[in-house]
Parts: sequence; C-alpha cells; structure tokens
Amino acid sequence: MTNLLEIRDLHKRYGTVEVLKGVDCAMRQGEVISIIGSSGSGKTTMLRCINMLEEFQGGTIAIDGQEIGYETAGGVRRRKPEREIARQRAMTGMAFQQFNLFPHMTAAANVMLGLVKVKKMGRDEARTLAEKWLDRVGLLSRKDHYPGQLSGGQQQRVAIARAIAMNPKLMLFDEVTSALDPELVNEVLQVIKALAEDGMSMLIVTHEMRFAYEVSSRVIFMNQGRIGEEGNPREMFLKPQTERLAEFLKTSTFN
Amino acid sequence: MDFGFLDQLWVARIPLLKGLGVSISISLLSIVVGTVLGVFVGLALTYGYRPVQWLVRGYTDFIRGTPVLVLVLASYYVLSTVGIDLGPFQAGVLALAVFCSSHVGELVRGALQSIPKGQTEAAKAIGLTFPQTFAYVLGPQALRQALPAWVNTAAEMVKASTLLSIIGVGELLLRTQEVISRTFMSLEFYFFAGFLYFVINYGIERFGRYVERKTAVPS
Repeated sequence: MTNLLEIRDLHKRYGTVEVLKGVDCAMRQGEVISIIGSSGSGKTTMLRCINMLEEFQGGTIAIDGQEIGYETAGGVRRRKPEREIARQRAMTGMAFQQFNLFPHMTAAANVMLGLVKVKKMGRDEARTLAEKWLDRVGLLSRKDHYPGQLSGGQQQRVAIARAIAMNPKLMLFDEVTSALDPELVNEVLQVIKALAEDGMSMLIVTHEMRFAYEVSSRVIFMNQGRIGEEGNPREMFLKPQTERLAEFLKTSTFN
Repeated sequence: MDFGFLDQLWVARIPLLKGLGVSISISLLSIVVGTVLGVFVGLALTYGYRPVQWLVRGYTDFIRGTPVLVLVLASYYVLSTVGIDLGPFQAGVLALAVFCSSHVGELVRGALQSIPKGQTEAAKAIGLTFPQTFAYVLGPQALRQALPAWVNTAAEMVKASTLLSIIGVGELLLRTQEVISRTFMSLEFYFFAGFLYFVINYGIERFGRYVERKTAVPS
C-alpha cells in the first residue's frame, strides 16, 4: 500500500540560504503527526512545500503516489502547469496562523467558495455542506457573520471548516493557535482533536507541546533544516534521544 | 441686472446646454476608457513579467509627470504630424483617457498590493487558480479599497475636460466664454458654469459614497 504522503530528500533554498537540507518523511492514512522545533528550523517551510505555497529545488513530495508540483522528464525537472498545481493543492487543506479568511464574505460564503468554484458543486449543495461543517466547528449560528464580526478563535474555526469541507486527503495546520489570545486557544484545539478522532490525516506544526503530546500518533522534531528526531510522543517527550531535543523541550512550556 | 442675466441665460440656453452635454460626454468617455485601460495597467504593474512591468512603469511615470494640458496639446498637434489625424474631440478624449489610465493604474496597483499575502495563499490552498483568485478574492477587495480614490480621479477628469476648450472643443467652458464675449457678463456666466461643474462633481461624489455604503463589509 502506498503511503499517503511521501517526502524524499526535500531541499529548499531562499537564495543562498538552505532552509531544508534533505528531509525524508513518510505518512500513512489516518496518522496525526506533529512537527515541533524552534523557529527557523524549517517546520513551516516544509509544510508549505507540500501544497506548493513554497517552491522547492530538490527532492520529491508525493501524495497518494502522485508527485506534487514538479515532473521530471528526460532528466529535466520542470514545474507542472499552474492548473495542475491548483488541482493538486485541493488534495490538501490548510489552516494558517493568521486565519486568512476572506474578509468580504460571510462565514458560509468562505466555506462555499472552494466547493462551488473548485469542486463545481451546485450552490444549494455547497450551502448544505458548508452549514454542516460550520455546525461541526460549533459556528452554525454565525454563518452569516463576516470575519470582522468574529473572534480570533471563531475565525480560525471557520478557516478550518473551509479547508475541511473540501474533503482533503490531508490537513495541514500551520501554527493555528499562535495568533490567538490564550483563552481562545482551547476551542480551536478541541476542533482539531475531534478531527483526529474522526481519522483525518493531519500534519500539525505547533508550539503547543501538551497538545502535540496528546493528539499525535507521531512527533517530528525539526532542527536546522533536518529531522532531528522522530518517534511516538511518549518516548520523544519523556526520553529525548538527542541533546538538541532535550534542550528544546527544556525551553518549551507544557500548559 | 438680475433680470438681464436670466434673460441672457435664456437666450444662450441652447449653446450652454450643448456645451454641458459635450463636457459630460468627454468626462464619461475618458473615465470609462481610462478606467478600463487603467485596470490593465494596474494588473501589469502588479503581476506582469519584469520587462512588462518596466515598460508600463515607464508609461505611467511619464504620463503622470506631464501636465494634462501638454498631453491634450500633444495629442491634437503632435499626433497629426505622425499621420494620426484626430479631430479635437477625439484627440482630447484620448489625452484625458491616457491621463486617467495612468492614475487608475496606480490606484489598482496600490489596492492590490495592500491586500495581505495570506489572502492569495488561502485561495491557492483551497485549489483556486489565479484567475479565480483574482475574480473572487483579490478583485472585490481591491475594488472597495480603490473606490474612494477612484471617485477623486473621476472628479479630476471632469475638471480636466475644461482644458479641451484650448483646442477648440465646444464644451461648457468654451461655450460660456463665447456667451461672455457677446454679453460681457463675465462674473455671472463664469459663476453659472462653475455651479454646473460643482453639481456634476457633487453628483459623482454622492454616487461614490452610495456605492461605498452599499459595498461596505460589516465588522
């Protein structure tokens, strides 16, 4: 059986600075993997390569055996056509640190846009589905509100509903609680936890160590553009094998 | 005296009305053509390939650095020397439309660049193509952003339409001057013309406000 996600020898440079120095990672259907590490370690960049928000210069990323972003023909590596990349992006869903809801659309319209324009769903069907997912994140009563009328936590939950309604094979969470006030963090984490229990495959970049510990089936520790250590959360957090991870965990807070 | 002015106004009503009509036509045409052109200018400035950007940047900087009057005169007198023979009305509208396009281009560029990058990324992440992203995410936001400044530009175009009197287009100002040269009532008729321009621009401004209110996003 092919892995849901397979990253091989991923290299990414910004100019002359190499931020990913050969990352390998395989992920099965239904896994929940948290990616931790200090800022600048490349964890967000790695996530953003998976849906081609960042270009990468070396290595391959495959989802369900399908190579993402680039194709190699006759030894020449070429970026795939934009239309193809857009289609591949729809295989993953992403939630961002800054929510990035579309401010000129209601919560329901935010969720519906991709369904109607990308999935070519009829408006009625899309509305029903959007309402179902807004209900799942506890915001059905806010469906006609604009992002500016919602709290940060509510906006993030709408953003998650918008991504998940597209029925992605894999969800990418990029520090989704970092921009939230402490009292709003929990409501968002609860939503993600519920998705994990439903068997959604997820890659979660996070600074919430307790959450990573509780929700993940596996944790990846990124260090200076490479995977520093990986394993199940219990072993990782309680018995770190590397100096680096022990150091990092010491400076992190568990709350 | 007052009675005399109203009397003269009645006598001059046909040329003045025609002048007003011409002024409105000039303004409308140059605003519409200038805006359509300007949107493309703005798109090229924001998303064009480097050489295209440089070319269009040169165009806008050159046009915006040139007095409108010079553009009007050049359009009428210079273009004919290279074989493009335009009537005064056409030449004038062309000059104003070009002027308008450079301003609208800058407005559109500014509005598009003020939209946070996260908007494009979120649109990409749900699988929208670039044209879709522009149509449903960036465009509507840029429109709201650019509207107030666009209303200003439109009002500027109405005022700039008076410059076409220099090349003999029978718009409101030229017709007013003709009436004054016959009646010697300069104060009254200039005031009257000024009043008409004010009414047009006030109307544009009210319309702009109305659209702004209609498209405002609740928060």
